Amino acid sequence: MTTVTAGIGGVAEAAEATGVATAPQPRHGLHTRRRKEALLAYGLLLPALVLFGAFSFYPFFRNFKLMLYETPPVPGLPAHYVGLHQIGSTLTSTQFTQSLVTSLIFVVLVIPISLILGLALAVAAHRKLKGMAVYRMIFSSTVVSSVAVASVVFGTLLNPVVGLLPWLGINPTPPALESTTWALPAVALITIWQFLGLVFIIMLAGLQSVPDELLEAARIDGANAWTRFWRMTVPLLSPTIFFALVVSTIYAMQAFGAIDILIGPMNTVRLHTNVLIYNIVNTNSPALENNAGQAAVMATVLFLITLGMTLLQMRFLERRVSYAR
Amino acid sequence: MAEVTFLGVTKRFGETLAVDDLTLSVRDGELLVLLGPSGCGKTTALRMVAGLEELTEGTVSIGDRVVNDVDPKDRDVAMVFQSYALYPHLTVAKNIEFPLRQRGVDKEERAAKVKRAADTLGLSGLLGRKPAQLSGGQRQRVALARAIVREPLVFLMDEPLSNLDAALRVQTRADIVELQARLATTTLYVTHDQVEAMTMGHRIAVMSEGRLQQVAAPEALYDRPANTFVARFLGSPGMNLIEGMLVESGPSETGPERGAGAGVGTLCVAFPGASVPLPAEVAEGVRGAGPDVVLGLRPEAVHLSSDGSIGASVVIVELLGAETHVICTTEMGTRLIVRQGAAAPKPAIGETVRIAVSADPQAYHLFDAGTGERLGPS
Repeated sequence: MTTVTAGIGGVAEAAEATGVATAPQPRHGLHTRRRKEALLAYGLLLPALVLFGAFSFYPFFRNFKLMLYETPPVPGLPAHYVGLHQIGSTLTSTQFTQSLVTSLIFVVLVIPISLILGLALAVAAHRKLKGMAVYRMIFSSTVVSSVAVASVVFGTLLNPVVGLLPWLGINPTPPALESTTWALPAVALITIWQFLGLVFIIMLAGLQSVPDELLEAARIDGANAWTRFWRMTVPLLSPTIFFALVVSTIYAMQAFGAIDILIGPMNTVRLHTNVLIYNIVNTNSPALENNAGQAAVMATVLFLITLGMTLLQMRFLERRVSYAR
Repeated sequence: MAEVTFLGVTKRFGETLAVDDLTLSVRDGELLVLLGPSGCGKTTALRMVAGLEELTEGTVSIGDRVVNDVDPKDRDVAMVFQSYALYPHLTVAKNIEFPLRQRGVDKEERAAKVKRAADTLGLSGLLGRKPAQLSGGQRQRVALARAIVREPLVFLMDEPLSNLDAALRVQTRADIVELQARLATTTLYVTHDQVEAMTMGHRIAVMSEGRLQQVAAPEALYDRPANTFVARFLGSPGMNLIEGMLVESGPSETGPERGAGAGVGTLCVAFPGASVPLPAEVAEGVRGAGPDVVLGLRPEAVHLSSDGSIGASVVIVELLGAETHVICTTEMGTRLIVRQGAAAPKPAIGETVRIAVSADPQAYHLFDAGTGERLGPS
């Protein structure tokens, strides 16, 4: 090793000794070119940086400041510094704990069903059959449908007068969206429908990365369809399933549109569908509670939950290496 | 112990004909190599035995049982895939054990069998590892161990060596031959590599475009190829094929005895710029055929000689150490390869040479120019 280094050093020295006159010039040219490239890169990044700065980074850091200030209930009056006190009082308030529990119930209602249904659809659509592309398109279409449109459609279906339920002869009183028991499951149902497309796409991509030969080998080795699914497909798909779990949980923690459109802040069942994100928005809203400080504390909790999930996902992805063939 | 029989097997994928009316039998305990270029249908044929592809027509039997509608798991075959298809989330031990577990073999017997298979293939020290932690050769051996562990009726091997490097391939080739001989399990082995086929197969079945071209022992296949495809495909380099016309020259050409008896004139294969006389034994068999024929000459059956009958110019000289391949082009543009020993003088590129054909009757192969089929007794 040392000899090699010495050798190269020797060559360099020799080159210097002979005085290669052209050497500095290309180096200079390289320098200017690098600088030009760097300038171009920063120039191209600038619009994105400005947008991120204005709408992501600035609000993100300002949120930490807001946590320390108490906003008076009447809009327009100056906020005053209360320090860490507000964090403690918010985190122990029943409003917060209830909304956190509601969020967790919502996640539990939405995630397992979305994942199982999404996986089932993906397994069904993974077969090589004629016309399967059409089904794949249908199954994944819920991703591109707007929350507002989906909510209006489901709202109509659940409508006690013109909806699907009365047509089927089911007439719950109070109607589903006004029932303290059924409002949250109803909103969860819409969210499941919306997530299905996303989970389906993720699962289908995962299934396509499982080599056919493995399943064929298992088939010859004597595994029936059930065993192949549980002992081959599911373990090989586990990183994908976990990814879908994390992503959809993060999304579920942020599900806002359906609740806002179908329940709304003035609804009597609002307390039963008051998930964390909805609580944050309403707490912050000048028309309602106008309490930016408390909203900031809760937003930070939501951020930490999301961050935790993301870190968990990254850890798991590292383990995925051992699954590489 | 079992024989594998294809009877009139045809497989279509939509409009594509993958296997066309294949009738072939793998004898009990035999290692039969299915050889052919990619896309010739050999892997499809293998997969039909495994039960991974359904037949369009015909029957496949294992032993006395027609298995067309038998599920892969009930066929009692084991398959080694080109990619090995090891279960990446299971350890080596669990991989080898998997087929036994699926068949409800009890725990102690499983452990004993896994140990025996692992010992056979030198995997004892690797049982706790995952496939990702193994080298290509080790993975290959795990795949073999998984195949032998449950002592199936038939082994199916789909290009098991093609992912290995050259040196390891030679070694593993010998290992598989040895293993197969010891277990005497009927084996259907698919490859596109003719060296692998020649060195491993008890018999070789050559396929092209879905059709079986010839089935024979390696020597027979090499010495008496049934058609121009087999002639060209086997051997490295393959047989030289020259299109020409079968003509009779010498005294009998205008003589009164013509047609009365054989062997009077000298039968030659003539092409622009040259005429190659055929030895009497060869001429006997092909008299009356043609007149358009293809003359096949193995590269080792021709040599450079100043009194050779074929004129050509040297294009490339390939030095391989023990031997040299002199690649020439004849006047009509046909490529001829001359294999010569390392000691023979090497011609210069561009040099005009003359090529002589060995006097050995075995050196001459004649094929019909239209059908490509071998002429004379096969």
